[in-house]
Amino acid sequence: MTDDVIRAVLAEHGRLAVDVAALDPDADLYQVGLTSHASVNVMLALEDSFDFEFPEQMLRKRTFESIAAIRAAVDGLTRAEVD
Amino acid sequence: MEEKHDSFRVGVDLVRVADVAETVAHFGDRYLRRIYTEHELASCTGVPEVAAASLAARFAAKEAVLKVLRPAGARPDWRDIEVHRDEVGACEICLTSSAARLAAEAGVTQLAVSLTHEHELAMAVVVAAVSRREVRVA
Repeated sequence: MTDDVIRAVLAEHGRLAVDVAALDPDADLYQVGLTSHASVNVMLALEDSFDFEFPEQMLRKRTFESIAAIRAAVDGLTRAEVD
Repeated sequence: MEEKHDSFRVGVDLVRVADVAETVAHFGDRYLRRIYTEHELASCTGVPEVAAASLAARFAAKEAVLKVLRPAGARPDWRDIEVHRDEVGACEICLTSSAARLAAEAGVTQLAVSLTHEHELAMAVVVAAVSRREVRVA
């Protein structure tokens, strides 16, 4: 479910040069066209989708480098919201 | 007194103006308030196309600054890197909070910025004077 939402966000806001549906979860998103500005769009869209806000310490290139990395960040933040 | 420096770093970044215009249209104030300072927003006026180009140039400047600061971990909040525009239109970089700390750690003593934009693209170049030599390990 989470991966589906992440892929939908990337498809709409990532401006990637490849088909997001076919992307390996560990594929480097910067290598397939994710720019710094597009990553801001992805961040804001993820915040809308999951109803949280990325804290400053998570604003690093690594957070958005792959679907798996985004998944880990989302899982961490949604767990923090529950706790 | 002349400030001593040992080396320079250069950062450059390029942003599509249409991308910024679309982001403003989609996320509106949330995007603007998250990325730009009050001063920057006050500097980026005019018709939407012109404002978007000015915003895009400032986003490029923030990214160019990050390229000279080279953060190893978390990057500073975008608003900690401000493009300050004076009355005659000259721009300079003002760093606060974590961006200022990163600059101090890197030995950056001065920053200079130049912005430009055309209809489609906006670009920024940042030059940093660094006060100590980088140690390179073979």
